[in-house]
Amino acid sequence: MKKSAIFKVLLLLVLGNILVFLFSRDKGFAVVSTTKDYLLEMLSVLPPILVLVGLFEVWVPKKFIEAAMGRKSGIKGILFSFLVGTAAMGPLYVAFPIGLSLLKKKASLFHVAIFLGAWASIKIPMILFEIQFLGSRFAFLRLALTIPSIIAISWILDSILKRSQTYEVA
Amino acid sequence: MIFSLVIWVLGLALLFLSFSKDREKSLAALKVAWKSFRSMALPVLATLWAIGFLLTFLSPQTIAKMMGHEAGWRGMILSALVGSVVLIQAFIAFPLAGSLLRQGASVGAIAAFVTTLVMVGVMTAPLEIKFYGKKFTFWRNAVSFVFALIIALLMGTILG
Repeated sequence: MKKSAIFKVLLLLVLGNILVFLFSRDKGFAVVSTTKDYLLEMLSVLPPILVLVGLFEVWVPKKFIEAAMGRKSGIKGILFSFLVGTAAMGPLYVAFPIGLSLLKKKASLFHVAIFLGAWASIKIPMILFEIQFLGSRFAFLRLALTIPSIIAISWILDSILKRSQTYEVA
Repeated sequence: MIFSLVIWVLGLALLFLSFSKDREKSLAALKVAWKSFRSMALPVLATLWAIGFLLTFLSPQTIAKMMGHEAGWRGMILSALVGSVVLIQAFIAFPLAGSLLRQGASVGAIAAFVTTLVMVGVMTAPLEIKFYGKKFTFWRNAVSFVFALIIALLMGTILG
């Protein structure tokens, strides 16, 4: 997204919110308070994660990530990607900059897709919550079905994007 | 939340360790962090604000009622579409899904809602495009949607 585009979107949101206020005070406040809740959630994890991404970029050698999550990392690479993704915290968009820095360090698209998939759907804090509210049968069945699905999705994604050759990360 | 505390402690501890080893490198790391924060801040704000609008006019409780009333495959498709579009924090979504299940909603519909909620993100797609491009974002979400439905169908059959 371009800078000017994002400012237009924000202006639209401000005007929209004012409009909602005029229409109904309660709804206007509700929009602001829901947004505030989500912003707080974001701020509770994004800054330290970005610091970790920064440290990762300057300290971890490319060779290490290429060996751990590169094209030739095999089963170990898949396990490693799952491990990193499930030990996560926070919404998926927080994982976007991490995945990108992994790609820069020569992790393969297949492995980064596994990492993102694990982060999105089977991270440990989320599973604990799921067991508590939906029961262990529901949670473990979803987990058992999701793990092979993540591998399949990542493989399909990798094949599609590899063939088109339009996807290149510097 | 205990988990975010862990991330803060880990981040700060490693940052201190890094500074004690190499000041230059640590400053470079902070610069990387600040740059990505700056490039993410406004798009994230816009996305979350849009979610604020969406959830005000379509509250999680309303969504739940819609899903609970529709039975069979229509309930599943509806739940999958809702789950794909909205972004709801886990500590709201799971208790909601749990109470629906206890009220007798079908397992397939609840599973469809949960799987698409976590795997597919229409509202966050602009952010995803910013990092990985249109093609990746489209295909990741499209393929994930299909798999989320398959998982939900299987769960509905096994547990239902």
